[in-house]
Amino acid sequence: MSEDKLFGLIDLNFRFELTKFKLVRALCKSRWLPLLLILFNLFIFVIILLAGLFGGYSAGNYNFGIMMVWILWWVLLILMLVPGFARMWCLMCPFPIFSDWAQRGKLFEVRQGKLGGLNLKWPKRLSSMWVLNLAFLATTFFSGFFTVRPFATFILLGIIILVAFLTGLVFQKRTFCLYLCPVSGFQGLYSQFATAEVRRKDPEICKKHTPKTCFVGNEKGYGCPWLRTPFDFAKNTYCGLCLECFKTCPHDNMALNLRPPGVDLLVDTKREPRGLDEAYKAFIMLGIAIVFYLAFQGPWGVIKDMVRATTLEGYLGYITFHTVFNLLIIPGIFFLFAYLSKLFSGNKEVPLKKIFTNFSYTLVPLGLGVWIGFSLGIILPNGSYLLHILSDPFAWGWNLFGTAHFPWTPVLTHLLGYLQGATLIVFYLFSIAYGFRSSRQTYPDLPQARRGWIPMLGLLTLITTAFLWLFMG
Amino acid sequence: MKNKIIVMLSLGGLFILLILAGLPSPASAHHSPACLITRAKDSPKLPSPTSAQAPEEKLFEIKARNFVFTPNVIQVNQGDLVRIRLISEDVHHGLYLDGYEIQTSALPGQEGTLTFVANKTGRFTFRCSVTCGEFHPYMVGYLVVEPNSPFFIYVFLTIALALANLAFVVLRRS
Ligand code: SF4
Ligand code: SF4
Ligand SMILES: [Cu+2]
Repeated sequence: MSEDKLFGLIDLNFRFELTKFKLVRALCKSRWLPLLLILFNLFIFVIILLAGLFGGYSAGNYNFGIMMVWILWWVLLILMLVPGFARMWCLMCPFPIFSDWAQRGKLFEVRQGKLGGLNLKWPKRLSSMWVLNLAFLATTFFSGFFTVRPFATFILLGIIILVAFLTGLVFQKRTFCLYLCPVSGFQGLYSQFATAEVRRKDPEICKKHTPKTCFVGNEKGYGCPWLRTPFDFAKNTYCGLCLECFKTCPHDNMALNLRPPGVDLLVDTKREPRGLDEAYKAFIMLGIAIVFYLAFQGPWGVIKDMVRATTLEGYLGYITFHTVFNLLIIPGIFFLFAYLSKLFSGNKEVPLKKIFTNFSYTLVPLGLGVWIGFSLGIILPNGSYLLHILSDPFAWGWNLFGTAHFPWTPVLTHLLGYLQGATLIVFYLFSIAYGFRSSRQTYPDLPQARRGWIPMLGLLTLITTAFLWLFMG
Repeated sequence: MKNKIIVMLSLGGLFILLILAGLPSPASAHHSPACLITRAKDSPKLPSPTSAQAPEEKLFEIKARNFVFTPNVIQVNQGDLVRIRLISEDVHHGLYLDGYEIQTSALPGQEGTLTFVANKTGRFTFRCSVTCGEFHPYMVGYLVVEPNSPFFIYVFLTIALALANLAFVVLRRS
């Protein structure tokens, strides 16, 4: 491919290799690296769990667990970690540590030979994002409890950790992370946009290297726990950034790169094809953002009552609407526009399914922008509660850092709407920039791609305007 | 090369525009309690209106109950003198107004009041400022000060970008 420049400025093939710095390379190759971060987060999450169990303050905004998980962790995830560094969270996530430990029998050193546990393969038919989609959607049914009730957060985290452990005993490696973890799907989807990646450097070196130690493992590290083939994979979606391949590659052929945002959105290969599962992930994330905004940042009491289940009928109504909206209405609208795209293009051969899936990836930047906007609406007004809970994590009247009585102070909320709107427009720009490229990939010639792009451009503009209305109108 | 310059300039312009739109105009720069006019009748000094309507005095009785404000959306015109009576129907609730950075609170039987001149346009969220129960952080309402120009500027910009993209796509040769 010739040079393709994003906004006519940044070459899509541009990479800046961070691992060319000795220190970064040494860190990536050290067995300490993910481990120390994981242990640190394990410590934090133990406090979170304890606070969930004992911190029994009825209002979530004074509970350590609630604030750390839903204000700090969530906002860091969506504002910085995912858009900047892909699955950086998975690198330091403590949830699967017990299953890793059970499989490997060691925390630090590398176990030689077969891993413990049953090591079964996850069924092929379930090897997609579908389970993640449904798991995440189902999780959001309870968002009116998790985000305000410490004990609900405790149960959610407890289930995740327990299922991760049990899955690890039965299935191989990080099967849980790949196909079950509720926080995995959206990280995978939006990591395609991220400005960082782990990739092999020189394909020629990989070709000559047998056996492929990055896949099978050696004395320095484990074969890719996320079942990637580090020597040729091309998409961030399922790379857990665990850095094992840096340790197992004897030729130092793995790189941690900075790159232009969004390049994975154009990847569509035999090994890593675009799929309806990822398309649906994009729809669901958009739909949930709408519902969450209405419920948590909108002024409508009716919706709040439904979400927090003041009446059973109301709550069932919410679940039903939420599910139908995410699984039928949004995909339905998208389908309509995909159909229009086909009509406009005048091409009768291209299958509608291909048009539908290809274009669904244009929702990735926009969806991420929407979530960043939504998360700004969480952190700016509520961030100051963090000072309180850091000083008094269990609501026992402690004052560790002297900030326990810091009053509630909204930060920059006079700019909130502007910031949300501006974020949205910037990510919209990425969406339309990649959108036309997707159109080129979908239709065989330029005139068709142009015409086929028009309805999609219209749809993306409509969605953006709708969110501007939510944020500012 | 020429394309590159045009794109760079327009991207730069876009960012500046977005940020400028967000900055408060000098006339409406931060006041905190200063804009709390407690005795509105004695001080009918209203700023000259930029909107068509002559400024009026507007009184709202906002009831707070069970994580909801009623009315949940209030609308005024730029320059209006706004008076809010906050009435709690259950527990201690507060009302903090984004953008104007003023607040009051109310207990059952003890109402709170706010008085200010709506000199900044746009939509502003008002939030409960007293922890009142589990859904407290989600207890919000909107104040819309017309004309809501920020919103229209952003929509206009989005549409302009869509048209620019369209033009670019159609004019592109290769
Ligand atoms: S997929 Fe889930 S459990 Fe696995 S590392 Fe990522 S967040 Fe943690
Ligand atoms: S390719 Fe595999 S081994 Fe390498 S960082 Fe990603 S998940 Fe880890
Ligand atoms: Cu309240």
